[in-house]
Amino acid sequence: MALDKNQIAQRIAQELEHNMYVNLGIGIPTLVANYIPESIDIEFQSENGVLGMGPFPFEGEEDPDMINAGKQTITTMPGAVLFDSATSFAMIRGQHVQLTVLGAMEVAENGDIANWKIPGKMVKGMGGAMDLVASAENIIVAMMHTNRAGESKILKKCTLPITGVNCVKKIVTNLAVLEVTANGFKLLERAPRVSVEEIKNATAADLIIEGEISEMQF
Amino acid sequence: MINKVVKSIEEAIAGVRSDMIFMVGGFGLSGIPENCIAELSKKDIFSLTCISNNAGVDDFGLGLLLQRKQIKKMISSYVGENAEFERQMLSGELEVDLIPQGSLAERCRAGGSGIPAFFTPAGYGTEVAEGKEVREFNGKPHILESALTADFAFVKACKGDTAGNLIYKGTARNFNPLMAMAGKITVAEVEELVPAGELDPNQIHTPGIFVQRIIQGKKYEKRIEQRTVRKNQ
Repeated sequence: MALDKNQIAQRIAQELEHNMYVNLGIGIPTLVANYIPESIDIEFQSENGVLGMGPFPFEGEEDPDMINAGKQTITTMPGAVLFDSATSFAMIRGQHVQLTVLGAMEVAENGDIANWKIPGKMVKGMGGAMDLVASAENIIVAMMHTNRAGESKILKKCTLPITGVNCVKKIVTNLAVLEVTANGFKLLERAPRVSVEEIKNATAADLIIEGEISEMQF
Repeated sequence: MINKVVKSIEEAIAGVRSDMIFMVGGFGLSGIPENCIAELSKKDIFSLTCISNNAGVDDFGLGLLLQRKQIKKMISSYVGENAEFERQMLSGELEVDLIPQGSLAERCRAGGSGIPAFFTPAGYGTEVAEGKEVREFNGKPHILESALTADFAFVKACKGDTAGNLIYKGTARNFNPLMAMAGKITVAEVEELVPAGELDPNQIHTPGIFVQRIIQGKKYEKRIEQRTVRKNQ
């Protein structure tokens, strides 16, 4: 059974380690914060200028001066800090932020990612995505395996304008967990009751499949 | 102490003319200089180049200038939260230069810091790198990005003093301190203006040397773009 968006986020949460600084992109990545085990401490960075981001505020407690990069109202955790945009991207480019989770339209087998532009359509811009993917030591992509037309978003080569080169390390989709290796995509895990065959059929790139592929555990 | 206070919003924006380059602080609608933008939208100044991370919404922020077609070019990282912007962009009336957010911030900081250009990994191998010098450092390719400056920078802070020193609040800080540095004339509007000496010098974010004019804004709407709440337990 393919995962829903919350389950993708839940699986990605397993990648987080104690005392990590993490930047979560808009969409499915934002949901990852809902599944952090209580046994570990994570600090979330939002590139508009906050480290130690907390949950959404209770109704009536929204502050227009406290938002995340998706322009949603937020709160801060004890020990949080606020800073300007240049300092924020120093944390990102300087690799002080250890993990970036973001969405994508396409990922290629060399780790290229496309997630900011569809030519001929309204182009909203890359925001902080290009800075994030150019520098993060570890980048995990959270996305559906196929687009609305049912076409694979996992490709030999990106067809859309790219956001960054050779940067994605891992992909968690509704069907599978894939690792980007020097030799291409390696299938690590499959969604519960989704067969390797189904994953292969939904993937336009070659998959390295070694031995028995286990189901994701939740 | 040099006194930077101007008496009216008209005086705050005095000297702005068509064809100028403006920087406008803020992220989304958070920390935007509402009063200066509203005043600019009443003036017959057009053909502006506007450097701002975002472009406001239809009826607020920079959307007000777009409605009157005062902007000919936007330099931003993320735009299109308003229909009029989209219409002008798709029809070719509005030129849009999209640049990575971190590069935008650093280009403003560099502009105000006497650094004409710098190398960054952001955008290498993408459309953003087209026509730019590429150089490898530590085995990794970087692209050359140039500094940005502006005829006017409009910024907004929570508190300021008569000497132009500024303190921001929350995530409303964002691009404001960087743009404050990069304006030939930087106009700061604040929610609360106090006499010099009242702010703790240890806590000031933007030193007054970067600010040429300061004014207490008449009113602040501080609109929220994406009001998101959790349920009370």
